[in-house]
Amino acid sequence: MREINVNDLIPLVKKLSIDANYYIGEDIINKIKEFRELEESPTAVEILDVMLENYKLAAEERMAVCQDTGSAVVFVELGQDVHLTRGDFSEAINEGVRQGYHSGYLRKSIVNDPIIERINTNDNTPAIIYTDIVRGDKIKITVAPKGGGSENMSEIKMMTAAVGLEGVIEFVVDRIKRSGGNPCPPVIIGIGLGGNFEQSALLSKKALLRRLDERNPDPKWDKIENEILQKVNKLGIGPQGLGGTTTALGVSILTKPCHLASMPVAVNVQCHAARHKSIII
Amino acid sequence: MIKTVQLTTPLDDKILETLKIGDKVLISGKIYTARDAAHKRLYELIKNGEELPFDMTGQIIYYTGPAPTPPGKSIGSAGPTTSYRMDKYTLSLLTLGLKATIGKGQRSEEVINSMIRNKAVYFVAIGGAAVVIAKAIKQSKIIAYDELGTEAIRELEVENFPCFVANDIDGNDIFMTEVKKYQK
Repeated sequence: MREINVNDLIPLVKKLSIDANYYIGEDIINKIKEFRELEESPTAVEILDVMLENYKLAAEERMAVCQDTGSAVVFVELGQDVHLTRGDFSEAINEGVRQGYHSGYLRKSIVNDPIIERINTNDNTPAIIYTDIVRGDKIKITVAPKGGGSENMSEIKMMTAAVGLEGVIEFVVDRIKRSGGNPCPPVIIGIGLGGNFEQSALLSKKALLRRLDERNPDPKWDKIENEILQKVNKLGIGPQGLGGTTTALGVSILTKPCHLASMPVAVNVQCHAARHKSIII
Repeated sequence: MIKTVQLTTPLDDKILETLKIGDKVLISGKIYTARDAAHKRLYELIKNGEELPFDMTGQIIYYTGPAPTPPGKSIGSAGPTTSYRMDKYTLSLLTLGLKATIGKGQRSEEVINSMIRNKAVYFVAIGGAAVVIAKAIKQSKIIAYDELGTEAIRELEVENFPCFVANDIDGNDIFMTEVKKYQK
């Protein structure tokens, strides 16, 4: 049994919140460069260049790559041999988010009530926290700020086995087509297949945590990811929807077993500024 | 070759007549920020026949909710937000003389038709280029709805603010024409 004081997590979550928003992953930068070389539209090339310039400037000036510094989505893998002490675990995560968003000059984008009041909580809390219990005596924390524009283009559909793989692919491609320039393409497409209604949605978000330079370990799904990517990049939407061959940078699929009557399909659309930073304690 | 046009606010019809979809524009002068919550309030004011926080004639509204201003900067990261959420409110603002909006993503048919009628245009700024854009913003001050925080209405002094013409006064739509070119 390893004891971990929850208060020690606060500065770590604070730093992850700030770093995720200032420093985009190398995998994103490399992938944009790769697609830029193949891009057919001159306007698209110019837009991709500005995006690369923006990532560089954000890191140099220590500013958020996007003003929408998102909902603070926090994934925790908690080792079952860890004993958390001296306070409330969720509150410690929230305090880290609160401090990070304050001292990092990050935008506070959370309102207290979805419909009636909609008053800004002014500290970007509550964070959206998912905890998985895993083997071992470590904690892995990932902070993944998620913007509202791309989240609004996400969708879940309870399909049935009769539609088959073809139907699933058609739904995903159509989702991106209907999104046009709204989610800040080039996008990354997280897909959750199986589980049930809510698990498919969570899978689609977790799928977005995979780096763009890592492929799906299952060759069967790797092939399907590539097929979807090819199809999406033939839509012509392009960067910011102004036309081009770079509509998506990657597709990532996660699957789970599901009920014999169901085939839940969730698509979580991620803008090009795919931000996430992790630490293992 | 992408055509680049320099624009100074307030805008007059003459210059707007020369703009075509796909043109790159660099805007200098004063522009105003407003997004969801501020639009809702402007809409209420118009409905009740009350005075607006600024005169719409010839002006540009930029859909953004900037990040807080770090020390030594004129503004925090300030890229565009998605425009369709403002469509409902944009119609009455165009009638009052608003000449351009800046955001990201496509507009509704109603807004496009209203832009034709009122000789107005829609610009797209690059979403996620929030630091590049912040560098074109030289001054920022809140002129209304301070309590809305990031959603307050700000008057910005901009210099060569970069964006693209997405809808011109003839009703051309870059999202339709350009996307078709690259469809396979």
